[in-house]
Amino acid sequence: MTISDPSSATRSSGCVVVKGLIKQFGRFAALRGVTAEFAAGKFYAILGDNGAGKTTLLRTLAGLSSPTSGEVSILGASPRAACRDIGYMAHPSLLYDEMSGLENLRYFARLYGIAGDQRCEQVIRAVGLDPKLARPVGQYSQGMRQRMSLARAILHDPQILLLDEPFSNVDMHSAREMVALLKSMREAGKTIFLVTHQASLLAGAADEFVWMELGKIVDRTRSIPPDFPAERAQ
Amino acid sequence: MNSLWSITLATLAKDIRLEWRSKDALNAMLFFSLLVVVIFSFSFDPLAEESRHIVGGLIWVAFLFAAVVALNQTWARELRNQVLDAYRISPAPANALFLAKAMGNFIFVGLLEALMTPLFIVFYNLRALGPAWQLIPVAVLGTWALVVNGTFFAAMSVRTRSRELMLPLLLFPISIPAVLGMVQATTAILTGEESARFWIVLLLTYDVVFTTACLALFGAILHAE
Repeated sequence: MTISDPSSATRSSGCVVVKGLIKQFGRFAALRGVTAEFAAGKFYAILGDNGAGKTTLLRTLAGLSSPTSGEVSILGASPRAACRDIGYMAHPSLLYDEMSGLENLRYFARLYGIAGDQRCEQVIRAVGLDPKLARPVGQYSQGMRQRMSLARAILHDPQILLLDEPFSNVDMHSAREMVALLKSMREAGKTIFLVTHQASLLAGAADEFVWMELGKIVDRTRSIPPDFPAERAQ
Repeated sequence: MNSLWSITLATLAKDIRLEWRSKDALNAMLFFSLLVVVIFSFSFDPLAEESRHIVGGLIWVAFLFAAVVALNQTWARELRNQVLDAYRISPAPANALFLAKAMGNFIFVGLLEALMTPLFIVFYNLRALGPAWQLIPVAVLGTWALVVNGTFFAAMSVRTRSRELMLPLLLFPISIPAVLGMVQATTAILTGEESARFWIVLLLTYDVVFTTACLALFGAILHAE
């Protein structure tokens, strides 16, 4: 099943640029001068230990966090101005527990000016869930919640997807299905940034592995290095 | 403008649906107000004439305290699972969220007032000597005065560590002119001793000024970290 609007492929020529990005929380610097350029239509896996600045980088790209200094350009505009082109999946679900998956998506669709249920049902099916599931999201398993959260992030067919640990608490089979879905989106011209501790899941899927350490990008590789500790790659 | 109202109504419908399913705010407000009515009626045993002079204060203070419960709930449910972030990254106008929240609180507090007012009338043996219909504009304008500032300050305080304490600290001082207007207007209508027109105009002016100010500033509050 295709989950992208074919006409949107013409919009995918831009890129993401960050220059001298510094983000401080009080005296703690979460980002310490991140400068990087990311091409459109690529799948980037962002890796690093806890506290490396991965989530802060993603939140800054999403426009949820303002940099202390430095610049962020998404398709040539600020993150706020480019918000229609950004899909963001956070560690929490960003969903109302008391409403069903379809009710949640119906509401978020209205925020993007999407009318009707067709698109909502399409993305729910694309993540492997049943749109007719009437249970409130609060009663979903963690894995189902993650999938529904992904459905919310791709609802408005964004050009750039920012995914923060989408595989946490998801079983291996479901995680592989999510990777396959993301690969198909990359092939449709989407740019994907995915923060994870499970690097091995993205071997063969990600175009580039971006390594972060202490608030900086320290390396960018095309594959997981052979000397990368196996327990960290899982 | 079209999208503003369409998103406002969608958000309002979503909030009413969530409240209907959880009943968090309504239950807490109802029990709180009920306790106030019963405790006050046992504490004082006023004659009908005395009641007319004091009940304006009692009723509005009870509604003000009860409204704080609903106001805290309004934003607390947006923080669960960080759902507010989903709104912040969307192209939806900030004011649509504010208007929906204020209208939702207006409906919840209005519902509380509709349920509690008959109890006040029974417990305090009330009968208006002035034009009773004027109680309607006083209730509408007074309730909006409480919820518009309350919604704004609840949004400001929701990400602070002690939000339950912060909201009354911010809201009550700024609500003094409105509370004064509500109490004086209600007393004037119940006793029939003077006209409530000045206080109704004061409430209307207060509502216009603070609604405008809240709408102008809410975007900055929503997008603040």
